[in-house]
Amino acid sequence: MDAIILQILNGLDKGSAYALIALGLTLIFGTLGVVNFAHGALFMIGAFCAVTLSKILNISFETIDETQVDFLGNPLKVKTPYVEAWFGPETGAALIDWSVPLAIFFSIPIMIAVGFIMERGLIKHFYKRAHADQILVTFGLAIVLQEVVKYFYGANPIPTGAPDVFKGSFDFGVLFGFDPNAIIYPYWRLVYFGFSTLIIGSVFAFLQFTTFGMVVRAGMADRETVGLLGINIDKRFTIMFGIAAAVAGLAGVMYAPINSPNYHMGMDFLVLSFVVVVVGGMGSLPGAVLAGFLLGVLESFASMNEIKSLIPGIDQIIIYLVAIIILLTRPRGLMGRKGVMEE
Amino acid sequence: MLGLNKHDRTLLIIVAILTMCAPFILNPFPTDSGMAQFNAGYPDLMQRFVIFGIFAIGFNILFGLTGYLSFGHAAFLGVGSYSAVWMFKLLSMNVIPAILLAMIISGLFAVLIGYVSLRRSGIYFSILTLAFAQMSFNLAYSVLTPITNGETGLQLTLDDPRILGVSATADGGIPVTSLFGLEMRSTYEMAVGPWAFQFNAGYYLCALIMLASFYLSIRIFRSPFGMMLRAVKSNQTRLNYTGLNPRPYTLAAFVISGMYAGLAGGLMASMDPLAGAERMQWTASGEVVLMSILGGAGTLIGPVLGAGFIKYFENIFSKINDTVLHNWFAFLPDGLEDAVVFIIHPFIGKGWHLTLGILFMLVVIFLPGGLVEGGQRIRRLFSKKPADDGKPAATKPAE
Repeated sequence: MDAIILQILNGLDKGSAYALIALGLTLIFGTLGVVNFAHGALFMIGAFCAVTLSKILNISFETIDETQVDFLGNPLKVKTPYVEAWFGPETGAALIDWSVPLAIFFSIPIMIAVGFIMERGLIKHFYKRAHADQILVTFGLAIVLQEVVKYFYGANPIPTGAPDVFKGSFDFGVLFGFDPNAIIYPYWRLVYFGFSTLIIGSVFAFLQFTTFGMVVRAGMADRETVGLLGINIDKRFTIMFGIAAAVAGLAGVMYAPINSPNYHMGMDFLVLSFVVVVVGGMGSLPGAVLAGFLLGVLESFASMNEIKSLIPGIDQIIIYLVAIIILLTRPRGLMGRKGVMEE
Repeated sequence: MLGLNKHDRTLLIIVAILTMCAPFILNPFPTDSGMAQFNAGYPDLMQRFVIFGIFAIGFNILFGLTGYLSFGHAAFLGVGSYSAVWMFKLLSMNVIPAILLAMIISGLFAVLIGYVSLRRSGIYFSILTLAFAQMSFNLAYSVLTPITNGETGLQLTLDDPRILGVSATADGGIPVTSLFGLEMRSTYEMAVGPWAFQFNAGYYLCALIMLASFYLSIRIFRSPFGMMLRAVKSNQTRLNYTGLNPRPYTLAAFVISGMYAGLAGGLMASMDPLAGAERMQWTASGEVVLMSILGGAGTLIGPVLGAGFIKYFENIFSKINDTVLHNWFAFLPDGLEDAVVFIIHPFIGKGWHLTLGILFMLVVIFLPGGLVEGGQRIRRLFSKKPADDGKPAATKPAE
């Protein structure tokens, strides 16, 4: 029993990342009808926003401390980050420590800007072209973005830590009356799960309860009619693209402490996220979220030793296997709407 | 001759001449000149040209004719490589059985994957093939380690139980791959003045097989079967209404193109008897997509051009470094020289993928017909006849 709960918990953080990326993909697909292969790259850029902010905060100047000597006997050079000098040591240290959560605010404008530029500069010209062309051009864009990041940050993963408060693990077992240490779960993953439910909730609330969201939903259902009513639907869809980019970026920012960002993390997640979108049903937002969590949890169940000894290798292929079965038995995916990309 | 019309025959002959004379054509610079590093006429690279040419020709039979975009074609290449290496381990070092087995196994594999994937079309087909390829890749890395040797990759060892042949040569080395005694790695070097031309047995075997596959692909393009595949691409619904079931045709195309990929994998293993799982990764599938699109999908010569182009520039660009650039731009004033080198720097050496990505995007955006269409546009620009405005402006790639 405790093992099952542990696996569900383990699946949740990966599942939340899948769900967030798949949500963004579905938003773009549902509004603009574009299959965006560069969405993984947006996730990666988000993660590198966190890296950048922590690097910026760590920019230091050197002072020579005459009282101390290093191992060669020379006066010790002490590095002090500028933020510590400006805001005092305590506030400065706290700022550096909290660089990842702070990067949320830093990344939102950047991601929205990236999304705008992508949509206005490139994707706009591909609405009328075949899906294969859209896949190809965004695939090319993903390669370019990835290589640009690699050029500036190098090919190695860059560890980016969570704030000290969230380091360590939380003992879940005690809460539910199990033995201590039976179910331990890192705090940051809990934060990640909470954060992603918050984002998913706010995206849904935004679409459901605002006038803007209502227009966007109407546009998703019937773009032409909305246009005929005198509403500039293209502009709103561009904004939605920016929001989708921001969602992917935020997923990346918060994922940085879980997995050190490297330049190809986007591609790794992209393939899985596409599978998630297809399983959830192309164009269905709840489907994407549901499938994201479902596949995340399934993946972690499959990596349990008991199941692995039963069917060797299942942990490696479970997601793809589920996708194949779903695509063949329920062509529309779990919650796909009728008439949306059925062929 | 050969059942081809005049135009196709000329094309085939041109390709034949180009591949047969490749050791000369790709070696235009004397060995002692500064440009020698841009020579591509050494066996390893030439083999890669033709092998990836075969791979791209096969991919084009599926994508170019039927419009089904497979994102998992590298799986067949990997399966072909593995089966060829197993043949070397178990049967003999002759490349013929290895290549045959590679084609058969990858063909069977393609029947299996194609049967399932072709039930859907469009983006779903792409995702399904991608899913299958990733599954094969993951399995090759983990559970199938007894067959694939996991991360290390499958290699020949000194104690392989080779039925026809010896486990180790007399001097204790691993035997090399051969075609009835003709070693694949044997190279004849011809020195003409300052030039050194290399003629490699393996290259010529690959080149001959490439020509044969190119010929076969011309025949497929011109056959009623090819017409049928094009009909699938242009309007599948209409095909259904005429009472035809397109699935057997698409499946046949999928299997043929999978066997081409298996052939390429088998040849790759024949030239260098090792196989690794990374050959099956989806980036490798992406590469063959890039080749076909860059050259011109749906045209005969396009994929071969694309494969040659990408492999050539991958090799050349990776070799250029800042010193070379400084030499090139030495004629500029110092400050300007540094600025130019600084601008170009991200695109060379390790930055080759960046260049490739940008190039690929430009081709997809402005030149959907690839290099072939580019060539046609240039020809039209210079042709004496005024552009035929009466005809629809749609650029029909030459085939």
